[in-house]
Amino acid sequence: MPTVKGDGMRGLAVFISDIRNCKSKEAEIKRINKELANIRSKFKGDKTLDGYQKKKYVCKLLFIFLLGHDIDFGHMEAVNLLSSNRYTEKQIGYLFISVLIGANNDLMKLVIQAIRNDLAGRNPIHITLALQCVANIGSREMAEGLSVDIPKLLVSGDTIDSVKQSAALTLLRLLRSSPDSIPMGEWMSRIIHLLNDQHMGVVTAAASLIENLVKKNPEEYKGCVSLAVSRLSRIVTSSYTDLQDYTYYFVPAPWLSVKLLRLLQNYPPPEDPAVKTRLSECLETILNKAQEPPKSKKVQHSNAKNAVLFEAINLIIHMDSDPNLLVRACNQLGQFLQHRETNLRYLALESMCLLATSEFSHEAVKKHQETVITALKTERDVSVRQRAVDLLYAMCDRTNAEEIVGEMLEYLESADYSIREEMVLKVAILAEKYAVDYTWYVDVILNLIRIAGDYVSEEVWYRVIQIVINRDDVQGYAAKTVFEALQAPACHENMVKVGGYILGEFGNLIAGDPRSGSAVQFQLLHSKYHLCSPATRGLLLSAYIKFINLFPEIKHIIQDVLRSDNNMRNADVELQQRSIEYLQLSSITTADVLATVLEEMPPFPERESSILAKLKKKKPSSVPEGSEQKETTASKIPAVQMSNNVDIAPPTSINLMSQGESSTDDFVDQGSPQGGSASVDLLGLGSPTQPTAPSVGSGGLLDMFDTLTSHSSAPATNGIDLGGLSGGAEEAFRKFICKNNGVLFENDLLQIGVKSEYREDLGRLWVFYGNKTTFQLNAFLVDVSTPGNLSESLSIQQKPVGGEVEAGAQVKQQFNMACVQEFAEAPVMTIQFLYSGAQQKISLKLPVVLNKYITPAEMDANTFFTRWKALNSPSQECQQIIKATSPIDHEQVKAKASGYCVL
Amino acid sequence: MMQFMLLFSRQGKLRLQKWYAAHQDKMKKKITRELVTLVLSRKPKMCSFLEWKDLKIVYKRYASLYFCCAIEPEDNELLTLEVIHRYVELLDKYFGSVCELDIIFNFEKAYFMLDELLLGGEVQETSKKNVLKAIAAQDLLQELRGIVRTSQANLGGHFRQMQRKLPRDFLRTTGLADVEAWKITYPTHFTNTA
Repeated sequence: MPTVKGDGMRGLAVFISDIRNCKSKEAEIKRINKELANIRSKFKGDKTLDGYQKKKYVCKLLFIFLLGHDIDFGHMEAVNLLSSNRYTEKQIGYLFISVLIGANNDLMKLVIQAIRNDLAGRNPIHITLALQCVANIGSREMAEGLSVDIPKLLVSGDTIDSVKQSAALTLLRLLRSSPDSIPMGEWMSRIIHLLNDQHMGVVTAAASLIENLVKKNPEEYKGCVSLAVSRLSRIVTSSYTDLQDYTYYFVPAPWLSVKLLRLLQNYPPPEDPAVKTRLSECLETILNKAQEPPKSKKVQHSNAKNAVLFEAINLIIHMDSDPNLLVRACNQLGQFLQHRETNLRYLALESMCLLATSEFSHEAVKKHQETVITALKTERDVSVRQRAVDLLYAMCDRTNAEEIVGEMLEYLESADYSIREEMVLKVAILAEKYAVDYTWYVDVILNLIRIAGDYVSEEVWYRVIQIVINRDDVQGYAAKTVFEALQAPACHENMVKVGGYILGEFGNLIAGDPRSGSAVQFQLLHSKYHLCSPATRGLLLSAYIKFINLFPEIKHIIQDVLRSDNNMRNADVELQQRSIEYLQLSSITTADVLATVLEEMPPFPERESSILAKLKKKKPSSVPEGSEQKETTASKIPAVQMSNNVDIAPPTSINLMSQGESSTDDFVDQGSPQGGSASVDLLGLGSPTQPTAPSVGSGGLLDMFDTLTSHSSAPATNGIDLGGLSGGAEEAFRKFICKNNGVLFENDLLQIGVKSEYREDLGRLWVFYGNKTTFQLNAFLVDVSTPGNLSESLSIQQKPVGGEVEAGAQVKQQFNMACVQEFAEAPVMTIQFLYSGAQQKISLKLPVVLNKYITPAEMDANTFFTRWKALNSPSQECQQIIKATSPIDHEQVKAKASGYCVL
Repeated sequence: MMQFMLLFSRQGKLRLQKWYAAHQDKMKKKITRELVTLVLSRKPKMCSFLEWKDLKIVYKRYASLYFCCAIEPEDNELLTLEVIHRYVELLDKYFGSVCELDIIFNFEKAYFMLDELLLGGEVQETSKKNVLKAIAAQDLLQELRGIVRTSQANLGGHFRQMQRKLPRDFLRTTGLADVEAWKITYPTHFTNTA
């Protein structure tokens, strides 16, 4: 018989043995089902079970649950156990409830009543059990039901220590789960004095509770600072024998020390000079102890000691006021960088990241650059290497940028795939932030694309283009470098994109050299054309039309290329479109018009780097606030936001890139339903949020495009201009045919959700606009239009929506619709708003479809079959057998059918 | 605050789970699966800390069992390792030299002990003596009952052990990281027939 502790439920042990002896999963399930049946019959049987039996069966159920099986009975029996006056029965009852009863269970009222009885009782062991149960479940209902009893236990004079400990942490749990349910009372003022309690265990538990209270209201609990400092001081200066059992492997009270050090991190450095000095002494003592020879070789000793040390360093960094302490902390961490324990190296790298952001210790951190670089190259654990990357990023400044970026680039060639993307972002940011010489910056980014092209996100290559465009001095160099880079027999598609864009804008700057003459440039770019994706080809076509302006002498070559079947009749409608439009543009316009249309891109507006935004999104913790501060001041070059593609071209500027694209989009969308999502253009301008051609007074130019579109486009549907549905809208719209709720549209700025309900001929639809950005959306306007004669079939009434959507907020708008007669088209909703001053426009089909108005007819079986049999003419029957592309899931089919309103 | 603690075997069998924040059962299973795979795939000399979603994972292996905790970003990793160690020490003291089977057969005791050490995800009592005292008090109540019920004194091993002044303290002699100390056999001093 295996070991069973305590009063040993023999039946339970036998059951567990049986389970362990099962040879297969099936055997195990069979044994469990047998046991479940047995327990069920016992619970249902007439014979009343005694407490022991109940306990045994409840315990078996618990075991079965912990094996991963579902348990759907026995809860009542467990609740019964709570009121047993036998301790072990009560204890198993509480355990079962803690593990198995969710916050919303119907039995919760009974449980709370039992808990209240135990709390009111005199038996401290019962009180502790009840408190532990509350702490384990921590539901709102419990918080409300016990909000008076628990604080009372905590501060009452006659509560024993162990109960106080449990009460403190139980209260903490309730404050966390439902902060507003606990009335703040007189107990709060007494709570900080628990830091002075005789019993170390009470102080340890109370410190956590106090920290939580302090976080919400630091001013009110300010008194805890001096209490915490003096307690801490007593601990760190005590010898390890003083605290008896609270000394852990020769370290006095490490848990309490760490909690106190964390508590102090909620406050600025103490104002009272005496307290301040005392705290500094504590921190110095902790740093001194780190230098002493260890009192034990056990890892537990060093872990506990260093846990306190790291927390002390965190506090030093938090206060950021004592240069001496900061530098000492840095030196200490420097020692750990070469420690044989991987854990310590990891933590040292992590802590140093924070130190690097302090002006006092930044220089001291830089001394360890070599060690960190070695760590990057030699650490065997990728999570440690990741920390090394973070630290290099944090310690980088103008003096060491070139070296650090160089090392990171070198490492990137062999870096783990999991950290490449982040490294690419970091290198790109550093190169930009600390570039003195922009030719260096261009080299770095092109190297990035060469080494890790697949990990270079759009933001990175957008950014290099923005910078080249904004800086005259680097344009010639950039053109020369991309020209050289493109000579490589195999180059990454991102390189082709950058190359195409830059040569298209600035190819003329290097055309003087016959080795990179206009025709050579064109041939070089065009030699990559057939290898590229449609998106890149679209970009290259735009580069070609720009070439026609830059180099009139090769106009005929380019026109031939545009005219080739491969382009003008390309299966991809966007490429076809571009070829035709560009060809027309080059043949029918005068040189002046051409020069105006194809003018060089205007400089981009200055804004925060989008790469930084991306990195922050990816790893919020890795971009500390402090360093961000530095970035904005250190960055001398114009920074442009690009995370949202729309901003790339100021809407007022007249250039091909913005106007031409928009008109293209219109055309494509009307021509083919999937056109919106396949939009291809320079810098991805036609992304879903692309504002459709704001009518800027650009005279002849627009007219020309108008003629173009009307020449070649299919007749616009129903004679009204849909304004181009935004990308992905059609697909999302189709989903709504079978459902009533869901997300209709989503891009970087906005999420649009829809909820709808229908009854007979009336429908109600709520649209939820969620602002995903950190800025307010202004002039928010929603307009609904009904294409063709839809207005006769469907009447739509629209409730107003406020003009602003706050950052991160969601606003709701209601539509009421009445169906007058059958209809086929869907109404079109146009949403317009200003985001960071740029006009945005989104057009979507409102998901109102005819089938939503289908209503079931109530009838009994007789009526049904009479009707059914009446359907007997051949034209009323139709059967079609199709091969399903996916397995049929009944639930799913049911959901779809009921969403379609035929069930 | 600790978010949860999982104990699982080298074969990936979950032996104990404690959740300090509310999750749906489905979510719990998903998290468990994910972490068990993640931790089991790590090599011996690797760092005991991992970033996982917005939490930190701290894990340590004791013989055949992995102890794995998820803590919040501002929590102290090293000290979490020592919370694990303290828990192991408590189990070890209570069961004699503890092994995986002790935890399987006395899972409820393992939970009771954890509740004494940690409550609501925070350290409640770090004194080994105090925790064992609390558990002993529970057992005493239990055993008194046992005598009444079966007239058979069913003394728990730890009592005798305490009386014998802990003749074999594995922690002091071999250290817990030592695989031998965690052998999968039934400790001889746990026979109920004594």
